Amino acid sequence: MENSAILQTVGLSKYFYDPVKFKVLKEIDLSINHGEFVSIVGKSGCGKSTLLYLLSTMDTDYQGQIFIDNELMTGKTDRELAIIRNEKIGFVFQFHYLLAEYSVLKNVMLPGMKLGKYSIEELEYRAMEHLKTLDMGDQALKMTNQLSGGQKQRVAIARALINDPVLIMGDEPTGNLDKKNSDLVFDIFKKLTQVENQTLLIVTHDTDFAERTQRIITMEDGKIIS
Amino acid sequence: MNTKLILNIALHLLQARLKQTIVAAVGVTFSIAMFIALVSFMNGLNDLLDGLMLNRTPHVLLYNEIKPSKIQPVFLAKEFKSKTNFVRSIKPKDIGKSIYDSKTIISVLKEDERIIDVAPKVTLPVFFNVGTIEISGIINGIDVLPEEKLFKISDYIKEGKIADLLQNNSIIIGKGLADKMLLTLGDIIKITTSKGNLASLKIVGISEIGIAEIDNTMSYTSLATAQKILGEPTNYITDIQVKLFDITLAPAVANEFKGKFNVDTIDYQTANAQFETGSSVRSIISYAVGFVLLIVAGFGIYNILNMMIYEKMDSIAILKATGFSGNDVKWIFISLSIIIGLVGGIFGLIFGYVFSALIDVIPFNTSSLPTITTYPINYNPIYYFIGIAFALFTTIIAGLFPALKASKVDPVAIIRGK
Repeated sequence: MENSAILQTVGLSKYFYDPVKFKVLKEIDLSINHGEFVSIVGKSGCGKSTLLYLLSTMDTDYQGQIFIDNELMTGKTDRELAIIRNEKIGFVFQFHYLLAEYSVLKNVMLPGMKLGKYSIEELEYRAMEHLKTLDMGDQALKMTNQLSGGQKQRVAIARALINDPVLIMGDEPTGNLDKKNSDLVFDIFKKLTQVENQTLLIVTHDTDFAERTQRIITMEDGKIIS
Repeated sequence: MNTKLILNIALHLLQARLKQTIVAAVGVTFSIAMFIALVSFMNGLNDLLDGLMLNRTPHVLLYNEIKPSKIQPVFLAKEFKSKTNFVRSIKPKDIGKSIYDSKTIISVLKEDERIIDVAPKVTLPVFFNVGTIEISGIINGIDVLPEEKLFKISDYIKEGKIADLLQNNSIIIGKGLADKMLLTLGDIIKITTSKGNLASLKIVGISEIGIAEIDNTMSYTSLATAQKILGEPTNYITDIQVKLFDITLAPAVANEFKGKFNVDTIDYQTANAQFETGSSVRSIISYAVGFVLLIVAGFGIYNILNMMIYEKMDSIAILKATGFSGNDVKWIFISLSIIIGLVGGIFGLIFGYVFSALIDVIPFNTSSLPTITTYPINYNPIYYFIGIAFALFTTIIAGLFPALKASKVDPVAIIRGK
């Protein structure tokens, strides 16, 4: 089990200090394997988003340990974590967070340019491929403010995929989308786990969406209850 | 680090806020342009005034001063050697104004590699006689060719030619004197020396330096004429004026000659100490004004970058989420301010040059400065270096604080807040 786990936590706890000290997450031990499609559900305030952001390495204020790809994340510097996020994790948020200054294609390419693994031409080709599989190939040269909400979210997904991350995390990725678009996003995610063997970890309110995933983690009061 | 990528992002952010960016850059441009115009003008003025002094003043002057002897006879007496001697009421001793063995000194000085040239001079205080009135003045007996080479006196000759001084018994008088005595070119002027010798000299020129005090008293004649009036031989020289290639050596050289030739010496810096102070104070003022302008521009940049960071909070958050470290974000914003500083600064240099050139052609006629027709400007490239360096320095400092703030933006707080 050790080796096939992509994401693991040991005794993960987190406190909020404002307005009073409050334990949001209580000694969470979690393990997610390669190629799993996992959703985290729970009531508002149960700590599911907090858990996701801890796992994303963006929030470093916690107790316990986090392993990604069997590598200890705890205690790494901001710079090291940035490199890991760049290479291994793709993010899809409720809001698209596309840069208005860049075209769709450039937005997708940006994390790849940061990684610097491929040449610009290669990146362009790869970005186009991702956009095409998301049915966005003809929008590639538009500016982001010319797209609809569903289209923007698909661009954000393409951006998350550009560096072939082993782990894709989503915080309500379908929260702003209508039924049709959210089905589309689900299908894309499903395909990723099946075809590319990528691991997905999605926080969602959408029970419909959660029920169709492989594994559901339910949280309550900072604990995993199932 | 991905310098290219970071620059690319910075440029895109700039394009998105083009108007504000231009305003910020114009602030820098304006202050650099003003700084350069101001400093160039101030230093042009300084040079003009320095030149006024420097052209007329030797770098090192050798002369005999009337002063008490340092060694009194009692100091030489053996029996009082171990005692402390007090000598009261010492009178200064006149060893004669003439420099001893002047010809040898001049020929030695002419061999010295540090020295441009040597101009011997005889100064004699005289009275100009106009009817029954006597006006006191000074006649400088000069060696015309070296004097012209070192001090460009032809610049100040309003009428007549300096070469005419080579004729016997000719004189060039100051404009003040000429006006007072109603004399013009070709008139004969009678003089009395302090020893009572009388002489008649023909006016071949009128000079105007622009300093009334000097124009009212100074006149020039040839070395030979001056010596003849005094009834002295041709080795009678009262001053030896020396100009050096490097003026900063003057104090050291003056000291050296003092010991070597056993004469009194004074260097340019000592003789014009007050003048130097004036120049440096003017420079300080112009630099201070320039720097204040730049600091104001710096605040403008600070404001604009700060605003940009609040506006671009989302972009910063996603950049961080997708793998840009705090350091990368910091450099994006620093490069933003460097771009503003560099572009604004370069335009500032261009406009600074244009402003200077404009000032340079404004007519500036004043009777006290006969050789000057337009406002003086010093086009020293060093001001342009200082300008661009300070532009970059202030913009980087102004950008640094917003950049540090941007680097500390917590992406989780932004993303969860939505």
